[in-house]
Amino acid sequence: MIETLRALAEPNRFQIVELLLDGPRPVGDMVDRLHLRQPQVSKHLRVLSDAGLVDVRVDAQRRIYALRPEPLQELEVWLERYRRLWEGNFQRLDALLEELKNDERKTKVKKRVRTKR
Amino acid sequence: MNSGTFKVTTPSDLEIAMTRVFNAPRRLVFDALTKPELVKQWLLGPPGWTMPVCEIDLRVGGAYRYVWRKDTGKEMGMGGVFREIVPHERVVCTELFDEAWYAGEALVSNILVEQGGKTTLTVTSRFQSRETRDGVLKSGMESGVAVSYDRLEQLLASQGTVGMEKGASPS
Repeated sequence: MIETLRALAEPNRFQIVELLLDGPRPVGDMVDRLHLRQPQVSKHLRVLSDAGLVDVRVDAQRRIYALRPEPLQELEVWLERYRRLWEGNFQRLDALLEELKNDERKTKVKKRVRTKR
Repeated sequence: MNSGTFKVTTPSDLEIAMTRVFNAPRRLVFDALTKPELVKQWLLGPPGWTMPVCEIDLRVGGAYRYVWRKDTGKEMGMGGVFREIVPHERVVCTELFDEAWYAGEALVSNILVEQGGKTTLTVTSRFQSRETRDGVLKSGMESGVAVSYDRLEQLLASQGTVGMEKGASPS
């Protein structure tokens, strides 16, 4: 999980992952599209591979990289949990704000305000 | 109710922002963000956590302190100092968790904008450096959402995984 985030946190590597979403690609093709040098691309691919985000197969002289969906699915579950955590907080806040609005309305109606318990 | 208005974005290399619309005037939202007896009621996180400590000294230079406790006894604390306060409009404060898994404090701004009786809350956390933000990432803790969330979401949606409700277009 942490490995996945660390690997994706680098903009060039994120771009490589985006490129691979369209399907497997040889290294040379990514070098052309990313305007990076081959050693840089290879270095990034190694990090992505270590994080389990890509697989490589050798086809004649070419090394072809493909995305592995598992770490991305794991990441999605984690992000969803983060979002749900805050959404849970905010839904409680929604309910609290409704209470506060009702309290205000009551205070306006009643001239004498009783102490709230 | 307003769940669909919840967004997480990364406006810059150093920042993470969350926005959410609330169906209330901003003075009430402001109270809910700054009065301890109200904060304790909603800022709780996942099920099983309570907030036994919630102290807020709402003035510039004043401190706040939050501690959460899980039913298993585990505790998590954080706090900071207020840097800027404009009643009903904005609160800027520093933020540091006790278990400082990243170096340096984050600067957090809460901005409230009211329109037609509804209030948009934007919470922006700014880290001191790219390294700090990356440290947050490495920690894998909650704040670690400092990845390019919007783009990631698109990415995940197109990957055809479970599909996040936002941004996933109906096919």
